[in-house]
Order: sequence, then C-alpha cells, then structure tokens
Amino acid sequence: MKAAIVAIASLAALTALALLAPQWLVFMAMLALAKGVVVLGLLVLMRTGLVSFGQGLYFGIGAYTAALLSHHLHVADAAVMLLAGAAAAGLMAALLGLLLAGYRDIFFAMLSLAFSMILYGVLVKSAALGSTDGFNLHARTFFGVALAPGVERRVFLIAGAVCAVVVALLAHRLLGGHWGRLSTGVRDNELRVAYLGASPYRVVYVNYLIAGAMAGLGGALAALAVGHVDPEMTYWTTSGEFVFIAILGGTQSILAPFVAASIFEALRTIASQYAPNVWQMSLGLAMLAIIMFLPAGLWTLAERRRRSA
Amino acid sequence: MSSILPIAFDGITYASWLFLISAGLTLIYGVMRILNVAHGSLYALGAYAACSLAGAWLGGGLPAAGSFAMLLLAAVLVGSLVGPVIERGLLQWMYGKDEVVLVLITYAVFLIMEDVIKLVWGVDSLLLPEPYALPGNLQLGGLPYPVYNVLLIALALATGLALAWALYRTRQGKLLLAVIHDREMSMAMGINVSRVYLATFAVGATLAALGGAFTAPTIAVTPGIGVEVIVLAFAVVVIGGLGSLGGAALGALLVGLVRSATVRYWPEAELFSIYAVMALVLIARPKGLFAAQEARKI
Amino acid sequence: MRASSSFGLRAGLAAFALLLAVPASLAQQPLKVGIVTFLSGPAAGPFGVPARNAAELTAELLNAGTVPAPYSQKGFGGTPIELVIIDEAGGPQKQVAEYRNLVPRVDIVIGYISSGDCLAIAPVAEEQKKLTVLFDCGTPRIFEDASYKYVFRTGPTGTMDNVSVALYLVERNPNVKSIAGLNQNYAWGQDSWADFENAMKTLKPGIEVKTSQMPKLFAGQFGAEITTLLGSGAEVIHSSMWGGDLEGLVLQGAPRGLFEKHKVVLSAGEPAINRLGTRIPDGTILGARGPFGPFAPDTDLARWLKTTYQDRYHIPPNYASFKMTQAILGVKAAYEKAKGSSNEAPDQDKIIAAFENLTFEGPGGPVKMALGKGHQAIMDAAVGTTKVEAGELKIVDIARYSADKVNPPDGVKSEVWIKSGLKK
Repeated sequence: MKAAIVAIASLAALTALALLAPQWLVFMAMLALAKGVVVLGLLVLMRTGLVSFGQGLYFGIGAYTAALLSHHLHVADAAVMLLAGAAAAGLMAALLGLLLAGYRDIFFAMLSLAFSMILYGVLVKSAALGSTDGFNLHARTFFGVALAPGVERRVFLIAGAVCAVVVALLAHRLLGGHWGRLSTGVRDNELRVAYLGASPYRVVYVNYLIAGAMAGLGGALAALAVGHVDPEMTYWTTSGEFVFIAILGGTQSILAPFVAASIFEALRTIASQYAPNVWQMSLGLAMLAIIMFLPAGLWTLAERRRRSA
Repeated sequence: MSSILPIAFDGITYASWLFLISAGLTLIYGVMRILNVAHGSLYALGAYAACSLAGAWLGGGLPAAGSFAMLLLAAVLVGSLVGPVIERGLLQWMYGKDEVVLVLITYAVFLIMEDVIKLVWGVDSLLLPEPYALPGNLQLGGLPYPVYNVLLIALALATGLALAWALYRTRQGKLLLAVIHDREMSMAMGINVSRVYLATFAVGATLAALGGAFTAPTIAVTPGIGVEVIVLAFAVVVIGGLGSLGGAALGALLVGLVRSATVRYWPEAELFSIYAVMALVLIARPKGLFAAQEARKI
Repeated sequence: MRASSSFGLRAGLAAFALLLAVPASLAQQPLKVGIVTFLSGPAAGPFGVPARNAAELTAELLNAGTVPAPYSQKGFGGTPIELVIIDEAGGPQKQVAEYRNLVPRVDIVIGYISSGDCLAIAPVAEEQKKLTVLFDCGTPRIFEDASYKYVFRTGPTGTMDNVSVALYLVERNPNVKSIAGLNQNYAWGQDSWADFENAMKTLKPGIEVKTSQMPKLFAGQFGAEITTLLGSGAEVIHSSMWGGDLEGLVLQGAPRGLFEKHKVVLSAGEPAINRLGTRIPDGTILGARGPFGPFAPDTDLARWLKTTYQDRYHIPPNYASFKMTQAILGVKAAYEKAKGSSNEAPDQDKIIAAFENLTFEGPGGPVKMALGKGHQAIMDAAVGTTKVEAGELKIVDIARYSADKVNPPDGVKSEVWIKSGLKK
C-alpha cells in the first residue's frame, strides 16, 4: 500500500517535471531514469551477492536494438523500441545466464566483463553500424500516436517514468517476498540453501535474467534520450559506472538507484562545467567522501533519520 | 615455418610486458584482497617519472647507458613514495569493506591521479626514445628486432624469479604466505599484518611503476595510458588465477602468444582476442588456471 | 518506510535543485561562444589544447581588433565575444548532456573533434535550434546521411585527406604495385583506410593489398604489427594514426627500418612534427587534413596566426589550431555579412542564411561552404614529404590539389565518388 503511494507520488512528480522543466533538465532526468533502471536490475543481482562488471553488454544490446529498429527496419515507435530492447537483452541474458549462473565472486564479475568487451569488439568492427562513431535514431510515434517535434523527449520522460515505476514496483514485490529472502540466503550461505532443497543456480539465473532485461530497457531508454548509440555503451567503464551508482545509493532500497543516478549525473555535470580541467579529480574525491562518510551508500542518511526519529 | 619465430618473439615480448604490469596486481590481490584499479595510475606515474628522470639525466649530457638506471630509480621512487601514501593515507582505513567497495575506492584514486598527472606533466606527450634505440637491433628470421625487447624479456624473467625467491625462500616471504593463507590466524600468531600490507602495497606499486618505466622508452607517454593497462592486467590475472604469481606468468604468455598470432593471421580479431582467451579459460577452468582451493563454508 | 520515502523526496528535491543551479544565464552583453574541445585524455595534447589555445588567442585578438583584414573589426561586428570552454572527453552520451546544458548559456557553439560526438550532437543542435559549428571532426557522414539547418562544419571532411595522399603517391610512384595499412581500430582508422584503399584501387586498378593491420586505439605498442608489415613486402604503408599512437609508431618503427624499407604515408601526421621533429625519417609523406600548419599559403592571415601563436605558446600552431581559428573567423564572417551596415545584432536565422554557401578567407586559405547544401566546407588539399635539412625538419615537394579535385560534388557520397573513379 505504502509502496503504491510512493509509486503514484513519484509518477506525478516526474510527469510534472516532464511537462514543466526546461529541455536540458528533461534530458538529464531521462538519462538518470535510464541508468536508475539498469542499476535497479543490478541491485536484484546483488541481492544474491554477485556483482556484474558487464551490464554494459545488456545496456548496449537494448540501445542498439532500439536504434536498429529505427535505422534499418524503419520502426519509429518508441514503445516498440523499449519493449524490443528489453526483450533482446533478456534473450541474451537467458542464454549467457546458463553459463554465468555457475560462477561466483570476482570470476562472475570478470566473465561478464569479458562478454561485454567481446560485444564491444564486434561493434567496433561493424563498419555498417558506424563503428565507434555509432549512428542516430529517431522515434516519431508512441503507441502509434505521432509526436510533434520538440515534445518527444517530454513524452519519452513520462514513458520512462512509467517503465521505471512499473519495474520498481515489480522489483519491490519480488525482493520483499519469498524470492528476496531466498536470494539473500544464496548470498549468505549458498550451501545451506541447497541443503534446504532450493536451487541456488536457479535463483542466480533468474536474477541475472531480470538484471539483463532491465539493463536492456535502460539502454533503450538512454538511446531514446540521447538519439544516438555508439559502442562506448558496452565498454567496461560504462559497466563500472553502473556499479558505482549502485554502491553510491546503497542496496537497501528500491528508490536508491534512481536518487543515486540523479545525483551522479548532477555531480558529473557540475564538475565538468565548473572544473573542466579537474572534473575527474572532483568526481573521485566526491566518491571517496561518500564511501568514507556514508558506508552503506546514501541510504545511510535515511537509516540514521529513521533511528533518530 | 618462417613465421613461427617472429610470432614467438613478438608474443614473448608482449607477454613480458603483460607480466610486468600484472605481477603487482596479483600480489596485492593475493595478500590484501584488493583489485587495485589504481594500478593503472601507478603504471602511468612510473612512465612519467621515468621520462622526467631519464630525460634530465640525458639532458645533462651524462652517459646514455645510465638512463637504464634512471628507469629503475623512477620505479623505486614511485613505489616507495606514492605506494605507502595511498596505503597509509587511504586504504588502511578501508580494510574489511566489501571487495566491490574496495574496487571503487581504488577507482576513485585512479580518477584523482589522472588529473594529478595532468596537472604535473601537462597533456602533451613525453618522449624518451634513447634507451630504446641505444642497444640497436638484432636479426631474427630475416627481420630486425630491437635488442631492447630482449632486455624487457630479461627484466620480466628476473622480476618473476626474484619475486618467487622472496616469497618462497625468505622469512618475510613465508610470513606473507601465512597472511595470504589465513589473516586472522597470522595476527593471532603475532605477525604484524598491518606492516605486511604496507610492504605488499609498496612492492606492488613498485612493480606497476617498473612496468611503466620500462615501457616509457617504447611509446609516447600520454594522458590515458593508465586506463589501457587496467583491463589487460585484470584479464591476465584472472586467466592465471587471482593471487597466483605463476598463474600471472602463464596467463601473460598465453595472451601474448595468442595476440601475436592473431595480428599475423587474423588482424580483424586483435581487438577482442584477449577477452576471448579470458572467456574460454574461465569456461574451461572457472577460477582461472592456478586457482587456490577454498574451503567450503557450511 | 515513511521516513525513507520522505528522505527519498528530499534527496530527489536536492538533486533537482542541484540541476536547476547549473546554467546560470547571465546578461547578454558580450556574445557568448561555447567552445568544446578535449581538455583531457589522449586527444588533448595533439588536438584539444592547441585548439583551445587558438580559440583563446583568436577571441582576445578579435576583441582587441588586431586581426588582419578582412577581420579587423572588433569582436563580431563590433560586439566583443566571450568564450565558455568545456571538455569534450567522456563520449557522445556525456557530450549530448553537456551540450544541452551549454545551449542556454551561450549564443553559438563551436567545437567537437571526435566524429562520434559530431554525429550525436548534430540532431540535438537541430532540435535545440542553436547555431553549432563543427570545427575538426572528419566523417563525411554528417551531411551525407542527413541535412541540417543549424549545423555547419568549417573544416573539410576526411575524404580529401586520403584522396590527396593517394594522388600524390601515384604521381610520384607511378609503378606502385602493393600497399598495406596500419590504422587504429575505430571509425576514423577504418574510414581512412577504406578511402585510401579505394582511391588506390581506382587510380591503380589491380593494386595488391598485402595486409591491413588494425591495432586497438591507444594501444601504443605495435611490435607484432611492425613485424607483420616488415614481412609483408608491401611497397607503401598507409597510416592515419594520430597522437601518442602515431608517435609510438615512429619511435618503434624507425629503428627497425620500417621507414627505409617502405614508403610510409601518414595522412594526418602534421601535429607530430612539433613533437617528433627530426625523428620523423626522411621521405615520409605527410598530410595535414588541409592546407594548415606548414602547408598554409603565405598570406597575412596565416603569418598573423603563426607569429602570434608562436609568441604566446612557444610552439607553432598545428592543424587543430588553424581549424579552430578558421571556425571562429567563419562565424565572424557570416555574422558580419548578416549584420551588414545595420546597428542591430542580426538574429540567428540571418546569420545562418549568410553562412550558407559562404566563401571566406581562413588562415589556411579560402574556405567554400560548398557541400551539404552549403553547410560543409571544402578547401584545397596539400601534401608534402619530410626532409631533415641542417638539423631541422622541413616539408619539401609540397603539392596542392584544388578543392573540387579532392572532394565529391554536392549530393554525392564520398565512398561512391571514390569507387566510381573520382570524377567531377
């Protein structure tokens, strides 16, 4: 019930933002939402104690699927792009998950990284897809309704908000229930979970699949926002950014990824505008400060407030 | 047949370089359980320091052969100054955090160091070609190769042997192995783990800087050279089995030979050959070639 | 849950407030020009910083009114200009975000070195209706795959770099039989090699391609690649490398005799002159992406840029510096043409109308906005050969190719034009 209230409030706030905010803010909010969705998927995976350094693989697949639909098949419907992006990424995750679900710790992280870098290599070699330059995409309709130029991104932000709220509610239900406790069990002691008759492999596999599909959705959202895709989306630095946002927000709440993604985008923009020569250093120092003073992520603040209240 | 020799020599040269950049990484991981992203900046720092020191040496009109000593000095200086600063100043407060958080901390250090390097040395490339050209060429299979590559191979071999000797044949090394095996038990036995960590990080940093210092003469030292080695070194270390010195050596050799054969016969695939090797090795041996067996916790 | 949701709200609001605080729109007194160029990363040294230096120098001297004719009027049409400089590093996604933040703060945007950034920015410029001038990126796809109203490019495309070196090569080695390539494995390297390979096949049908090496971008070490090239038996080696990779190639290749055994063509090699000097072996064919740097014609404007830049930065301006100055002067020319003799500042549409199909004088010679419906510049190309004379690197045997000989006609794609015989 409370979750539903939060969901409706977030949706209302984002819709207001989409309708009223200046264009550049709409864009940044959209990018933050897209990354938030990816990170939320990562959070589901992290519940089993596994971190993927290769979510860029699914982010890229989602983005390229959306862009290819527009560019080669001349599908210009944003809704189709979003669904196709998530589906394509989910399909790939279903396949690779069969292998990866047997891996743990750093080996899981590095093998997922290897797969994303192989996709990166393939994209860079694909001259027809513009190699590292990538290519542009245009979405002109949404569920068949034509969009006037200039308002597309406002509509996309509302669509993105709906997607984000829906997946957040689903993730909330999933992790709050039996499955969430089973996932935590796998993280804490996999062997005991197995002795109790549940399959850790299956838990990891399903969570990996969810994370992959959500990263695909996020990728398609990002592609719609930016209007351009390029192989950098699959590079390991992109994957690393998702992990960073996840840690920044903390793993305790469904809302954390979205808040953290917004703060991350804002931090990076402010750093590169006001300290163009030392923006990496500013970002690094901010990261260190957060890790040192808020050891469980930004959500530590919430926890502190709750305890003092 | 005539192409096997060039492929082997190029492959081993590349493998020597890979081993130099990954030995420190695997050592630090083995002892401290930190996957050190800042390894890339220590490598870059080694290269920049080498350019400054050897550049000053040569600029002063001193004998060119001495520039090799300057490369070594640069590595030792970076390792023994910057390494302890990072470990004492930052990392020692972070032990006990999750492995992923530690990766992010070192990533933050990496970002900061990128800009520090830029502020100190600027964005223009630095060149130090003298040590590379000095020893001349040798002929192999009818093609000229720089003798410097032989030096690089010798340096990697010497480094590997010295590390192995220090680890398995000295008292300090055995203490280190004890810490790797069981940190809590070692502390209970009176080993000063904090000092072991400090020493390990300094040695690891020196190795990274050594890799950078001896690469500097062959390349143009530019901003961003650090980021290129991070994933390469990670891949080599994972292929070999994290924390294993022998594994890093074998991993480096495997990647080096595969890469040089790819360049020769299938240049299009060069970009992802190393990741393909990593994926295949991990599929066949899920914890790398030389993985330590871990006790099952029930 | 209540506490945490109210926290979520607060954090969200805080993030919102942070975002709102970003673009402080200031009073519109001077004309604000956004400059986007690499300030960090591997492209900063060879391109980004020389371009930024040129931008700062040009803006200052324009405001002081000391630039030679026809640019002696202060600022743009008497109005001083002020630069807002941001870093191009971080990839297209980040650049689109930064561009959107930049747009409300400036009147005109000049920038972008990376072709990926240019491709991503162009449609956004169109959407934002902000005059945006691309100054360096090379891919012809920008105006070949789309057409724009608000986007201009004052630098020629990469097509003419490789067509002109191929012409130069065939003129001097009419019997060339085999070529090989060593290019960075990304769009620029792949496109450059494809253009060169196709141009050579058009000019010398039946030419043999021995090998095309594509090492990873910024790999820096090319031992195995050089071995393969040395063993390939190719007469000519083409490379479009730049920055640290190019310098690494020369440092590693020269001692192994790569430049003696083969004719080496460096299609974008000019910025390396300032770094490597006499270390570049004699007889290397060099391009500068246009008549820039040592290839610039001897005009007042070129001399002005060379001397003022050298005085301030103690190094000659390279092609990135030339192209940045050229972009700023191009905008000035269009602005002043649009303004005419009126006292009011021209609106953006007037500037755009004046810019389309404009011919203006740059420090590298005349620039014609001839392609992409008047939005894409063409220029003469120049190619030369290196020679060390009296301890100094000189460019000798310079050949010039007129703009229409090395660029496709408007409406024809570069790739098609090269493959179908480089016809007018």
